[in-house]
Amino acid sequence: MTTRGFMRGVSAEAALLLVGIPVFLWTLIPIYHMFLFAISPKDAAFSGQLWPDHPTLRNFEIVLTQKHHFLYNFWQQMWNSVAISIATAVLTLLIASAAAFAISRLRMKGGRLVMNLALFTYFIPAAFLAVPMYKTMGMYGLLNNDWALVLAMVTVASPYAIWILRQASDKLPVELDEAALIDGASPFQLFRMIYIPLMVPSLIAVGTYALLLAWNEYLYAFLLLSRETAITLPVALGNFLSADDSPWELLMTAGFIYALPPAAIYYAFRKYMSSGLTAGAVKG
Amino acid sequence: MTLALPLRPVKRGTCPDAGEEKARFALSPRQVWGLLFTAPYIAVFLAFVVFPVGYAFWLAGSPHLYVELSQDPIFLRTVVNTLVFLIVAINAKMLIALFLSGFFMQKRWWVRVLAVLFVLPWAVPSIPTILSVRFMLNPEWGVINTLIFKLTGDDGPNWLNDPTLALTLSMVVHVWKSLPFWTLILLAGRLAIPHELYEAASVDGAGRWHCFRYITWPSMSTLYVTCTLLSMIFSVVALSCKKQLTGGGPADLTHVLATLGIRYLRLDQVGLAMATIVCALPLILPLVYFMMRRLSR
Repeated sequence: MTTRGFMRGVSAEAALLLVGIPVFLWTLIPIYHMFLFAISPKDAAFSGQLWPDHPTLRNFEIVLTQKHHFLYNFWQQMWNSVAISIATAVLTLLIASAAAFAISRLRMKGGRLVMNLALFTYFIPAAFLAVPMYKTMGMYGLLNNDWALVLAMVTVASPYAIWILRQASDKLPVELDEAALIDGASPFQLFRMIYIPLMVPSLIAVGTYALLLAWNEYLYAFLLLSRETAITLPVALGNFLSADDSPWELLMTAGFIYALPPAAIYYAFRKYMSSGLTAGAVKG
Repeated sequence: MTLALPLRPVKRGTCPDAGEEKARFALSPRQVWGLLFTAPYIAVFLAFVVFPVGYAFWLAGSPHLYVELSQDPIFLRTVVNTLVFLIVAINAKMLIALFLSGFFMQKRWWVRVLAVLFVLPWAVPSIPTILSVRFMLNPEWGVINTLIFKLTGDDGPNWLNDPTLALTLSMVVHVWKSLPFWTLILLAGRLAIPHELYEAASVDGAGRWHCFRYITWPSMSTLYVTCTLLSMIFSVVALSCKKQLTGGGPADLTHVLATLGIRYLRLDQVGLAMATIVCALPLILPLVYFMMRRLSR
């Protein structure tokens, strides 16, 4: 390599670092700040140090054993979050895969209309549906019931799910269906034995999407659930704030624990997520 | 797959039209099955979209609500905030995403590691990180003002109590949260551009700007516009962000339309809450119409 070439290489590297380092700091500072609070003793957290003198796991212990009066229902609320997310993912998968199958494989009449209605719902921002949804859930008598949140999240998640699944299933060869139909398979057998096994990668992507959506949801959870034992973790975290003497280091610890599962799930299914979910957007 | 493969020869053995004919013959049971399969979604759609929205319009129907709404001094401020949020925050975010998607195209090990980390803000739930930011900005103990005090000896600003600063900061948090997602999408768009184009251009002596101007941008512009519009639609609601960061903010001055709707709901003024939402429709519906035309092909 000549000296000039070397210099050019160095300056290109420097330019990249000039972008990379700010991006790194920008991304991690709020998360690191939260982590720092979680491992600091109560008084040290406010000192503004980059690493505490005596890192401790005491906060985790307090949160996990529910030793603070804000946290008496921590495990119950964690369980609510888990149950609601899983129920949302399962229901969304069932509803969306069935609908996508009917629209894409059975080519049902009116399938296009259903697809457009679903797309339209997808484009109504969730927060605008929230106020009417709150009133109707009250009418259905579901307020403060975990099912209210599950149903609301299914409503929000399934349009996108149907759209992604329809695009994926349009790519499956038509011959498969025709062959199975000639063999006398009913559409239901076609769905269960051919369609579902072939769609597994997309189903994982969509299921993860619904799971994370429900786990992360704050607004609907905040509106629809209010009883201390019925709320999900994010709502409980939000309620911390309304008190004057909020124990910040515990709040951050609980938040950190709450943030771990989705991050883990995302990284576990990253391959499916990025190919499955961005495909639709790029095509548009 | 295992089931499908043995079936194939059967089709080849019969007349090629048989499948189609059978399909046409089986048309009506097929439609019944189609309806059965879509019935769950249609039920959800009717119960949780059509009925609530219809009910909302019915509640928001009386004109006096809009008079009352427009007389609320917060309302005008809210509309302005919403527009500022949409125009400034979204465009800034998409420009940064476009730039960073180019950065993440670089094939270096540390850029790849950074790309994996970069997704964190999007992958973790918003509430804990927003609370974290909120505490960083705490005027008395927050790390930012502590730092300002150490460096300059002055007290830092009271970040979240100043309407302009608070709105700006909620935009910054919004960008922090959703930038990774749009960067990934634009990166996927960039990866779809055939590499030969760039090779040909560099043979012709094109610089980086020309490559961007004449290759990258023409292939990406549709995607970019689509993403910007989608992001705008979704961000009329950048709500959980704002709500937790500023809670509507100092003297209700940082509301956007969605937060204002929720505020009325908490005050038990359901009619006004619905009317606020109806006011946002002129903003959203054109965007939705445009996106539908684009995506429902």
